[in-house]
Amino acid sequence: MNDRRAVRRTFSSPLASAFVIAVTVLWTVPTLGLLVTSLRPKEAVTTDGWWNALLHPDFGLGNYHSVLFEGGSGVSTGLMPFLVNSLAISIPATLFPLVLAAMAAYALAWVRFRGSDTVFFTVFALQVVPLQMALIPLLRLFSSGAHLGSLTLIPAVDLKGSYAPVWLAHTMFAMPLAVFLLHNFIAQLPRDLMEAAVVDGASHFRVFRSIVLPLSAPALASFAIFQFLWVWNDLLVALTFAGGTPDVAPMTVRLAQQSGSLGQRWELLTAGAFLSIIVPLIVFFSLQRYFVRGLLAGSVKG
Amino acid sequence: MPVSGSPPPVVDSLAAVSPQAAGDPLAVGAWGDAAVKFGNTFGAVAGFLAILLLVFLAAGRARGRLARPLAVLVFLGPAVLLIAVGLVVPLIRTVYLSLHNADGSEFVGGRNFGWAFTTDSVQRVLLNTLLWLVVAPLVATGLGLLLALLVDRMRGQSVYKSLIFMPMAISLVGASIIFKFVYESRGPGQPQIGLLSQLARAVGWSDPPNWLLTQPLNTFLLMAVMVWVQTGFAMVVLSAAIRAIPDEVVEAARLDGATGVRQFWYVTVPMIRTTVIVVLTTVMIITLKAFDIVRTMTGGNFGTQVLANEMYSQSFVQFDDGRGSALAVLLFLAVLPLVAYNIVRLRKEREVR
Repeated sequence: MNDRRAVRRTFSSPLASAFVIAVTVLWTVPTLGLLVTSLRPKEAVTTDGWWNALLHPDFGLGNYHSVLFEGGSGVSTGLMPFLVNSLAISIPATLFPLVLAAMAAYALAWVRFRGSDTVFFTVFALQVVPLQMALIPLLRLFSSGAHLGSLTLIPAVDLKGSYAPVWLAHTMFAMPLAVFLLHNFIAQLPRDLMEAAVVDGASHFRVFRSIVLPLSAPALASFAIFQFLWVWNDLLVALTFAGGTPDVAPMTVRLAQQSGSLGQRWELLTAGAFLSIIVPLIVFFSLQRYFVRGLLAGSVKG
Repeated sequence: MPVSGSPPPVVDSLAAVSPQAAGDPLAVGAWGDAAVKFGNTFGAVAGFLAILLLVFLAAGRARGRLARPLAVLVFLGPAVLLIAVGLVVPLIRTVYLSLHNADGSEFVGGRNFGWAFTTDSVQRVLLNTLLWLVVAPLVATGLGLLLALLVDRMRGQSVYKSLIFMPMAISLVGASIIFKFVYESRGPGQPQIGLLSQLARAVGWSDPPNWLLTQPLNTFLLMAVMVWVQTGFAMVVLSAAIRAIPDEVVEAARLDGATGVRQFWYVTVPMIRTTVIVVLTTVMIITLKAFDIVRTMTGGNFGTQVLANEMYSQSFVQFDDGRGSALAVLLFLAVLPLVAYNIVRLRKEREVR
């Protein structure tokens, strides 16, 4: 470790520490401002800055009750249905791609067949295709089915008001990254273990369930966290496939609307925004290690 | 797939936990609605797992020559089908639509692209998008690299890292509301409630502008939100890459007399080059989600519009699939060089293995 000191010494000085601390403060204070504002009464929020409230605290949870169950002025429903939708969208949209991608990754890594490399490269390349490229045709497919001339390939299904299109769209868009990340991990499981199981007469299905799944738990966990955060935080896919109604739309869609319509009702906007970020923050802080490990597996090793 | 089963008995216990909500008729309705929705969701999940289990049990019985193709079909089939239907076919279809008129009925050649490059408002959008794709990733990665180098020697570094990394977990919509509040501006004489305006006053600027209305400053203020979210990611990944440099390499460089800044430029930077490019790529891809920020903070007004939003409004507000698709294709072309670079890199890596 001695050898690294030279570089480190150059970059470590009181000035450097001060810089890091300044950035950390800068990165934390805006979120603190949101939290403090969401706890203050309406009149106080509009008349002086939130930093003054730190000296004269007058906090309560009233804004949260208003924003959850009553909505703001001119808004009929509160955020509650949207919060429920966020959960109802995120959990299946995390689980479906996780399971299906783990299966595909196993096939690509351990069941050799002709063309498996082509499939792998296609999947890898699709990872970075902007999903805007798929939105219009996919929405058309969900609303009117697929036709080749007069031949109906996929019939139109009425999915309005159900979560299915959002789940399906998220699952499709998550596939490339999920297959790629899980493949990197599953391909490195010990070969002896797999071979021993096959010699014992285990089918691929048995190997997958009793060896691959348990051993890949860390990779599965990190992808699950990543995907959950992605879906929970997503706006574009939800806006396109769920619309803006309380039946299906998640928190992000509602908040983006309210950011325009509630304009100056900062006490409500901040409470709503804090409700939407508290879930991912809890997930993030309690599972940070797995999350970071997953990120690193995806980028450092490539 | 959703199963409209009867709401599970959790309803009562949920209402009981929240006495404040129980008395409120609106709130009671909300809890009932929630129970039905969760019922549907867990029904769908249970159905999905049950089907999968049945398929596994059935296909696992196959023996002999059929076993392998069947396994490939069952394991890979769903993923390939989803990717084909959800990505590959739509991709081709978008290119096709971009060469057609608003409802896809008539071939118009490059007219949609001509429109994009000659309309003033769209030119502005293209310029903004290019700015976003260059500035935000470079600043986030650069700042991340600097922090990775600086934080490495500090005591309690995990605390700093966690706090700087935290915005990564926050949605861009949430981050936008946070910063909209920071940029909130009041007229002269009124007390400021936005942090930025207050800071401006504190340093003696008596009448700071309305930040989000001031062009072209507002575009950069929106980019700051993206940088705020992405810097932690860049820092954590690059910090790990720096630690992964083998000791022998550092040792050899030191024996050759490389120290300090020279060692940084000639040893550290080349060793983490691949990671830097991966980070840049990732941040750039996420920058395509600038959509969320622009939509939440300005709605695309005041000269802040970007391609993704223009594409959304052309396709889903104006219902012009031709123009919308053309804009999507432009977005794709903008990131294509990075896609190509990454494929070449992966091919090389696989050959080495």
